[in-house]
Amino acid sequence: MKKSFFVLLTSFILINSFAQSEKYIKAMEALVPAVDTTRSPDGLTQLANSFERIANAEKTMWLPFYYAALCHINKANGYFQTQELEKVDPLMEIAEPLLAKAEELEKNNSEIMCLKKMFNTGKMMADPMNRFMTFGQSAAQALEVAKGLNPENPRVYLLEGIDKYYTPEQYGGSKTEGKRLFEEAMKKFEAFKPASSIHPSWGISQVKYFLTLD
Amino acid sequence: MRKFKTFSAVVISIILFQAVSAQVMVKGIVKDNKGNPIAGASISIKDSYDGATSDSLGRYSFKAFEKGPQLLVVSNIGYKSFEQQVKLESGVLTIDVVLKQEVTELTAVVLSAGTFEASDRKRAAAVLDPIDIVTTASANGDITGALKTLPGAQQVGESEGLFVRGGTAAETKTFIDGTLVNNFFFSSVPNIAQFGRFSPFIFKGTVFSTGGYSALYGQALSSALILESIDLPDQSSANLGISVLGINGGYQHLSKNKQSSFGASYSYTDLSLAFAVIKQRQDYSKVPAYHGADANFRIKTSKTGMLKYYGYFSSNRLAFTTNSIDSLGYLDKFSIQNSNVFHNLSWKENLPKRWKIFSGISYTNNKDDINSNMQDNNKNDVVLNGLEFKEFNVDTKGTYFNVKTVLEKKLKGLSAIRFGGEYNFSYDRLIYTAYNNQQYPNAVKEHIKAAFAESDIYATNDLAIKAGLRFEHSAILDKINIAPRLSLAYKLGKGTQASLAYGIFYQNPERRYLPSPNALTFMKATHYIAQFQRSINQQTLRVEVFYKKYDNLVKTGITNFTESAINNNGFGDASGFEFFWRDKKTIKNFDYWVSYSYLDTKRDFLNFPFAITPNFAAKHTASLVTKKFVQQLKMNLNASYNYSSGRPYYNIGFDGTNYKFNDRGTIPDYHNVSFAINYLPKIGKKDAKSFAVYVLQVSNIFNIKQTFGYQYSYNGYRKEAIVPTSRMFVYIGAFLSFGVDRSDEVINNSL
Repeated sequence: MKKSFFVLLTSFILINSFAQSEKYIKAMEALVPAVDTTRSPDGLTQLANSFERIANAEKTMWLPFYYAALCHINKANGYFQTQELEKVDPLMEIAEPLLAKAEELEKNNSEIMCLKKMFNTGKMMADPMNRFMTFGQSAAQALEVAKGLNPENPRVYLLEGIDKYYTPEQYGGSKTEGKRLFEEAMKKFEAFKPASSIHPSWGISQVKYFLTLD
Repeated sequence: MRKFKTFSAVVISIILFQAVSAQVMVKGIVKDNKGNPIAGASISIKDSYDGATSDSLGRYSFKAFEKGPQLLVVSNIGYKSFEQQVKLESGVLTIDVVLKQEVTELTAVVLSAGTFEASDRKRAAAVLDPIDIVTTASANGDITGALKTLPGAQQVGESEGLFVRGGTAAETKTFIDGTLVNNFFFSSVPNIAQFGRFSPFIFKGTVFSTGGYSALYGQALSSALILESIDLPDQSSANLGISVLGINGGYQHLSKNKQSSFGASYSYTDLSLAFAVIKQRQDYSKVPAYHGADANFRIKTSKTGMLKYYGYFSSNRLAFTTNSIDSLGYLDKFSIQNSNVFHNLSWKENLPKRWKIFSGISYTNNKDDINSNMQDNNKNDVVLNGLEFKEFNVDTKGTYFNVKTVLEKKLKGLSAIRFGGEYNFSYDRLIYTAYNNQQYPNAVKEHIKAAFAESDIYATNDLAIKAGLRFEHSAILDKINIAPRLSLAYKLGKGTQASLAYGIFYQNPERRYLPSPNALTFMKATHYIAQFQRSINQQTLRVEVFYKKYDNLVKTGITNFTESAINNNGFGDASGFEFFWRDKKTIKNFDYWVSYSYLDTKRDFLNFPFAITPNFAAKHTASLVTKKFVQQLKMNLNASYNYSSGRPYYNIGFDGTNYKFNDRGTIPDYHNVSFAINYLPKIGKKDAKSFAVYVLQVSNIFNIKQTFGYQYSYNGYRKEAIVPTSRMFVYIGAFLSFGVDRSDEVINNSL
C-alpha cells in the first residue's frame, strides 16, 4: 500500500509537470506560426502581449521573451516604411528588457544574437546620423557573433542580405550581393531543422519575397 | 493492470478538472483618466497564461483557466500598471480599468523657454543634433559659429563671443561639465574675432540658453552656454589631420573591460600658408601660430558613476602692422603672446534612495603679453609726439578656480529637487607699462560664493514647473544678491507646447573696468519669455517673444587716464520676437533651418552719453542653413546664408567732463554666404580599418563687402571701416582616423 501510494504520488507529480510543459508547448505552438504572418501593428502588439504573459508565467523559458521582443521590433520595423520614426524608440524601450531577459536565460544563442542585431539596427535607423557609430557597430558585431555561434542559422543570411540589399552601393551595399545572400538563406532554410516545434523558424516567407524582387 | 487503471483515472480526472473549471469570462474596458479608450493594453492574470489585449475601443475579454483568488494586472507603455485582486469562480467578471499616465522623459512636456539643445536625446528642446554644430557651413567648425545661426544671437564679426538679445559678449558665460570656463575664446585681438579654444568633438551635448536659465548657473546677465563632454569612446583609435592651417594628431585608448579610457592629442596651427595665398588686410611680422595639447581620462567608478578629466594647454603668438590711422606714413603694430592652461575634473554618481551627486572642479591659468607701438615705413619702432600713448605693454596673468557640487533627489516620476553650492575664485594681475617705462600695476582678487536650490515639478505629462532660487555673495562688492527663477511648460497637444520663463540674473562688473574708485554693486537683468513650439515628425516650429530689463549697469569714466567703472547708474531694456523653423522631412536627404530675430534694444552703460541702441545690436538678424547629403557622391554639401541689418556705430569722445558723440551712423547690412563640401570616401565600409574625411570650405563665397563698424583716429578727424581680415576664406583639409569609423565627424576643422 505504501509502495502504491508512493508510485501514485510520483506519477502525479510527473504528470502534473508533464501537463505543465505540455500546456506551455501547446500555448506556444498556437502563437509561434503567427510570428511569420502577422504584420499589422495591432496584431503584433496582441501577439507580443500573449508571449509576454507566457514569459512572465514561466519565468525560466527564454523563447517567450525572445518572441515578445521580436514582435515589438517587427512592429517598429513597420514604422520605417511609414516614416513614423518617433514611434520607434518607445517600442525599442519595451523590447530592450525582454531581449536582455532572453539573453540572461540562454547564453550564446545565435537566434538571440540575430534579434540583438535587429534591435540595434532599429535603434540606429531611428536616427542614423547620430547613432551610426554606436548602434550601427553593435548591430554589425551582434550579427557576426550570431554567425559564429551557428553558421547554419538561415536568419543570419536573411538579415545580412537585407542589410546589403537596402544599403546604397556607395556605402558598400549591393543588390546582387543581397540576392546572393537571400539565395544562401534559402538553402539554409531548406536544410534547417528547428530544435523543436516552438524554436525560431521564421523568415522563409521574407526570403521568398526578396527573391521575387529585382 | 490495476495500477494502470489508477494512473489513467488520475490523468483523466486532472484533464477533466482543468477543462471543467475553465469557465470564467473576464471582460471590461481600459480607458485613460480623460475617458479615452486605450488600445493595445495588456491584461493578464499574474503568473498565468490567461489574458488579452485591448482593442481600438479599449475593450477586452478572455476566458480564464485559473481559479480562485488571483491578481489581475493591466499595463501599457506610458501608463502606470494597474493591479486588482479578483476571485475567479464562474460566470462573467466585468472589470473596467482606468490607467494613469506615467510621467516619463519620452512623454513629458519639456521646459524649453529660452533654450536650444543640441543632443541625441529625443526631447522637445533638442532642435539640433550634436553633429549640426560641425556641419553648419558658416560655423567654420566652431561651436559658437553654429549657435550664431540660431535666433537670439547676433552676427557680430569684429569680436568673438555670443551677443545674445541685446547683451554684450561678456553677458554670456560658458560652462563645461557644470563648471565655469574662463578664456573660452583665444585672447582678443583688435577688430579680429577669435575662435573658441575647444574642439566641438569633445562635447556630446550643448545647451544654449538665450535667457531664463536655471538657478544652477549664475553671473551671466544674458545667456548660458552649457557644454557636456563625451563619455567613454566606442573604441580605441588614432587620428591624424592635415590642412592648410596645420596638423593635428591624437590617440584615444579604451580599456579592454570598457570601464575606462585615456587619450591625448596635439595640434600645431600655422597660418603662413593660408595667408600666403589669401591676402590679409594686416601685414604680419609673426603669422599666427598655435600649439595646443590636451589629455583626458574617463573612468566608470560604478554602474552609474563616472569620473572625467580634461586638461588643455595652449600657447600662441602673433604680430602684425596696419597703416596707422593717426599718422600718415606710419604703421600701428600689435603683438600678443598667450598661454593658457585649463583643467576640468568632474564626478557624477547615483546614490541610494534616488539621490544623485554631481561635483566638478575647474582651474585656469591664463597669461597674455600684449605690445602696441608705432613704426615708420621701414618698420623701425618710433614714438611720435602727441601719440606717445600708442606705445604700451600690457602683461596680464589670471588664475581662476571654480568648484561646484549639486545634490539631486528624484521624487515621483520626473519630479526632483536639486540644491548645492558653488565657489568661484579669480585673481587677475595686470601691469601696464607706458612709453616712458612708467608702470601701472593692479590686481583684483574676487571670491564669489553661491548657494542654489531648485525643484522640478511634473504634475502630469502635460504640465511642468521649475522653480529655483540662487543666492550669491561677492567679496569684492561685499554684497549679496538673491535671484529667483521660474519656468513652466504646458502641453497643448501632440508635439505642441507653450512655455514661459521668468528670472532675475546678476553679474559682477567686468574685470576690465576694475578696480573702481567707488563702491559698486551687481548688474541686474530681468527676463520674461514666452514660447510656442511644435515639433512633429522631423519638423520643428518655434516662436518666442521676450522682454529683458537691465538695471545697475556699469557706467565708466576716465580716472588716471584709464576708463574704469564709476557707478551702477546704467540701465536698458531689450524686447523682441524670434522665429525658428527646421524641416528634415519634405525633401529626402535635405535638411534646412531658417531663423529670424527681431530685436529692439536701448541701453545706457559704459561711456554712452544716454540710452542708445548699442553698436552690437542689429534690428533684424536671419540665417538659412542647408545640408544636403548626396549618396552617389558620398558628399555632404552644406551651405548657409547669414544676414543682419545695419548696426549703429558711434564715435564717443570725452570732452574733459562729459562723454559726447563725435560721429554716429549705421553700417551697411551684412550678408555672408558660406559653402562646405565634405567628401567621405570610406563611409559605410564596415570592415574599413581607417576613415577619411576631406573638407573644402569657402566663407563669403560671393566676395560681398562686409563692414563691422568704424574706427577713428585719436583726433576724430579720420575714420576707417572695420572689415574682415580677408573678404573670402578657403579652407582645405584631410582627416584620417584609424581603428574607428568616424563618419559623424564630417568636418574636423582644427582652427
